[in-house]
Amino acid sequence: MQLKPVLIIAFLVSVTGSLPAQTGAGGRYFTRGAAIQFFSDSPLEKIEASTNSGNCVLDLATGKLEAAVLINSFNFKKALMQEHFNENYMESSKFPKAVFKGSLDKPQELTLSKDGTYKTMLKGEMTIHGITRPMQTEVVFRVGDGKIFAETAFDVTVADYGIRIPALMRDNIAKIVRLTVKSELQELKKT
Amino acid sequence: MKYRLLFYCFILVASMPSALRAQEDLLSMIRDSASTEKQPVKSSFKTTRVVNFQSLENTHARNLDIKISHRFGFLNLGIEELFGLDAATIRLGAEYGITDRLMVGFGRSSFEKTLDTYFKWKTIQQTSGKGGMPVTVSLFGSAALRTFRVNTDLEDKLLNRMYYTGQVIVGSKISEEFSLQLSPTIVHRNLTATTSEKNDVFGIGAGGRFKVSKRISLNAEYMYLLPDQVAPGITNSLSIGFDIETGGHVFQLHLTNSTAMIEKGFITETTGDWGDGDIHFGFNISRVFDFSRKNKTKAE
Repeated sequence: MQLKPVLIIAFLVSVTGSLPAQTGAGGRYFTRGAAIQFFSDSPLEKIEASTNSGNCVLDLATGKLEAAVLINSFNFKKALMQEHFNENYMESSKFPKAVFKGSLDKPQELTLSKDGTYKTMLKGEMTIHGITRPMQTEVVFRVGDGKIFAETAFDVTVADYGIRIPALMRDNIAKIVRLTVKSELQELKKT
Repeated sequence: MKYRLLFYCFILVASMPSALRAQEDLLSMIRDSASTEKQPVKSSFKTTRVVNFQSLENTHARNLDIKISHRFGFLNLGIEELFGLDAATIRLGAEYGITDRLMVGFGRSSFEKTLDTYFKWKTIQQTSGKGGMPVTVSLFGSAALRTFRVNTDLEDKLLNRMYYTGQVIVGSKISEEFSLQLSPTIVHRNLTATTSEKNDVFGIGAGGRFKVSKRISLNAEYMYLLPDQVAPGITNSLSIGFDIETGGHVFQLHLTNSTAMIEKGFITETTGDWGDGDIHFGFNISRVFDFSRKNKTKAE
């Protein structure tokens, strides 16, 4: 029975394989309360909306980052505007979420356990309104007082994501809207 | 040989969990509260009316909706009356959302110079998601006063010119495009023209909309009256029209056999017959003003 040791090894592989992946030196960080704001500045109207329920998970070992937000969680000053945002533009019942998947440049240089400010590029793909496009932005991490904050800002061209602005609204809604994301990250503990 | 095969199988099984895990999203590691939460179903109709009927929708909290409605003359009046366009009955109205679920309104119609006031309370809100509520249920009540007097002693008394309507509106946004509602209704008339007419008139209405594009929907509504309640010659109200939404405005363009634009009128006093061409072209224009102070402190 010279096969027995091999079987034992195979068994060990199967057991360790089903354990959670190694978190590595970097660890994982997350938030369920990222503040996302968007601004549309046009000749006739300034439109702002915000949400505090962006989700994000960052795996520092690999640099991978994923984020998602429910479109209908965005709050507008005007209720009707919010309704039209969901119904006419974002079609949130068809495309309930905006999702980003990508990775950070040089994650090994991000020592989020040490106080300081770190800047790095985030590159990946963003899916809004059912359309996926590449995007990149600079993310700033600030670590201090045992807290980790991350923020970024970027522009989104509305037409890139198949969101049509009718002629009547062309002066009210900007073609390019600015998004800002601010969040405190917490370490993701294994459960 | 047998063992070898077993070994390969084992390796295959052993490698599976890690292979599966590799495809797993990072996001799935955190509890995604948003995907399981029940969400209220919004935008069943473009505005608070189907055509004449109250729809499932309410004016948002602290929003004022000014409604200007016209019904022109019957189309069968011919070219001499420009197919009814020479004359119009008008209702001017305003409604206000006290909360997202309770709204009040009033209006004045040129038809019989009638004042009306009403409330609509969304008691049950349709929700999406697992175990969501499949329907919206609203309660509607209105009182109307006819200020125009037919010259009799009886009508000098204000109470004899009062009308009341109670309605339950049950409906559902069945798909993104299609919404349907039923509205059992009672109209109470303090005084009727003849004794053979009932003071309490029962009817059941059905209304719906179908979105033909993001901003345009096709609407229809019909009110069935139980027999032997109203004067002979009174017909059931039937209306078909389009909603065109342009941001703050909703334009409703329609064809209807009813002249009046309030419940007691279009339910119990419709005389037009679609078959004879007694059809009014008409419109409702809705303009919403937002007085909420939502987010204002945050933004400034």
